[in-house]
Amino acid sequence: MIAATFQLDYASASGVAHSAGFCLDVDLRLPEKGVTALFGHSGSGKTTLLRCVAGLNRAPKGRLSVASEVWQDEARGIFLPTHKRPLGLVFQEASLFPHLSVRKNLEYGMKRSGNKAGEGFDASIDLLGIRPLLERAPEGLSGGERQRVAVARALLTRPRLLLMDEPLAALDLKRKQEILPYLEKLREELDIPMLYVSHAPDEVARLADHLVLLENGQVVASGPLMATLARADLPPAFAEDAGVVLEATVAAHESDGLTRLEFPGGQLYVSCRDKPLGSRLRCRIHTSDVSLALAAHGDSSILNTLPATVQTIVATDTPGHVLAQLALSDGTLLLARITERSRAALGITPGLAVIAQVKSVALFA
Amino acid sequence: MEASSLSAIWLTLKLASLVTALLLLVGTPIAWWLSRTSSRWRGVIGAVVALPLVLPPTVLGFYLLLLMGPHGPVGQLTHALGWGVLPFSFTGLVIASVFYSLPFVVQPIQNAFEAIGERPLEVAASLRASPWDAFFSIALPLARPGFVTAAILGFAHTVGEFGVVLMIGGNIPGKTQVLSVQIYNHVEAMEYQEAHILAAGMVIFSFLVLLALYGRRQYKGWSR
Repeated sequence: MIAATFQLDYASASGVAHSAGFCLDVDLRLPEKGVTALFGHSGSGKTTLLRCVAGLNRAPKGRLSVASEVWQDEARGIFLPTHKRPLGLVFQEASLFPHLSVRKNLEYGMKRSGNKAGEGFDASIDLLGIRPLLERAPEGLSGGERQRVAVARALLTRPRLLLMDEPLAALDLKRKQEILPYLEKLREELDIPMLYVSHAPDEVARLADHLVLLENGQVVASGPLMATLARADLPPAFAEDAGVVLEATVAAHESDGLTRLEFPGGQLYVSCRDKPLGSRLRCRIHTSDVSLALAAHGDSSILNTLPATVQTIVATDTPGHVLAQLALSDGTLLLARITERSRAALGITPGLAVIAQVKSVALFA
Repeated sequence: MEASSLSAIWLTLKLASLVTALLLLVGTPIAWWLSRTSSRWRGVIGAVVALPLVLPPTVLGFYLLLLMGPHGPVGQLTHALGWGVLPFSFTGLVIASVFYSLPFVVQPIQNAFEAIGERPLEVAASLRASPWDAFFSIALPLARPGFVTAAILGFAHTVGEFGVVLMIGGNIPGKTQVLSVQIYNHVEAMEYQEAHILAAGMVIFSFLVLLALYGRRQYKGWSR
């Protein structure tokens, strides 16, 4: 487990771009496996939290332990400086040393972390597809290539914790699409925990296993990704990005061009011919793409209909709209954003059996 | 060219090389500290370092003379240690020149360090480099253009000094009689031909130095 407790106000955080009065106050228990996304809007303190974990900022009342190792415990006067923490760090912008070749950049951390033999060198550069770049200078690389080198450089120090501070934020959409598959591969092959700071819901939905939502320096939710995204009680600030994530298996490519995905709560028809049968993929269903009907009729063009039971209904901060949380037969939760008028007209209340109509499904490889 | 002129050129080059080397050693930690610190002494130290930029060299020379002279605290110390007194010696000239040219070396290096920013050093720390290690392996190489500028300016400025030399070193052939003083001597003695040779040489030298400096600016990128 990673246990992190930090209290830090603006005055003591050098190099942090926050207005006066900002204060980080978190107490987190994070899993030791998988990707934990620190999600929040700008100014929510997610980067400051990451810098505290890295030891780049020192919270006066901080405690941090990773597995059984204590990295910081101010009560006992313990604070490991960054260079003594076995972590890997990837920043938002390309941070390769411009005076060193790609290979020398990779070797910089290897040499200093006792990995002189280059353990994992071939695996890392192949995982990130940077073998052809080794002798190049960072100057000549694209933004996506630089970030891949930066990730490999961090991995080659054999870290026990990998930290990523919005590694895709400075890239354009095309570059993002180019690098995301590498990060997904990394998630599958990595056996150390990763903290991933992001303000992009899509990246979080694709990569994260665990989700921490931050607002004004406070943790507003922390838990497994899918369960946390399906919560109906998240603060209004996150309503814009709300939507659940499902993990499904490619079951069949049907003759009319559609592909059938199966998940424990039902099945969905989507368009993805290129995925082999049996492969697992994540899909995201936005709250405003789910509508409700009382009965299944065949007179709608909406193909994906899932029988569900209404769990709770809460108000949203959009006038006239409510958020309904639905449970599918296996307990999988969906969120639907509907108007209060429709809710009243259909008499939708908790406990009612309804049909959830899913208008669109976003697929992540 | 007269032997005394040749000897003055040789002495000047020796002085400027030694002073430049010392300045890089002394100026680098000062520049690093000025570029990183948030201490309230930053302004004070920065101003002290910059003083020779505005002070008449005679003022600087005057106080150094008092300090290092037989009755000054530094002079008494050096005398007690058996080193004699420093004014009117080559060593005294070197020390005075280091003070005189300090801002020309500190400021380019400081600017170069500031331009690097925190990020590369944070990255180095995340790759297990200690602060010393990061300084030598990242900060120094990245600040290289600043060091080249600093060395050129420090060298050229030391070659060109006159007032401080007169105050502290006098005019002792082979010991403290540097080029600028020698030109003055020639002019005083109406030896315009000899003065011309040296003076024109200085003009060409100075031009070449500035050409090297400004010509370099157009070259961007990292040579390895």
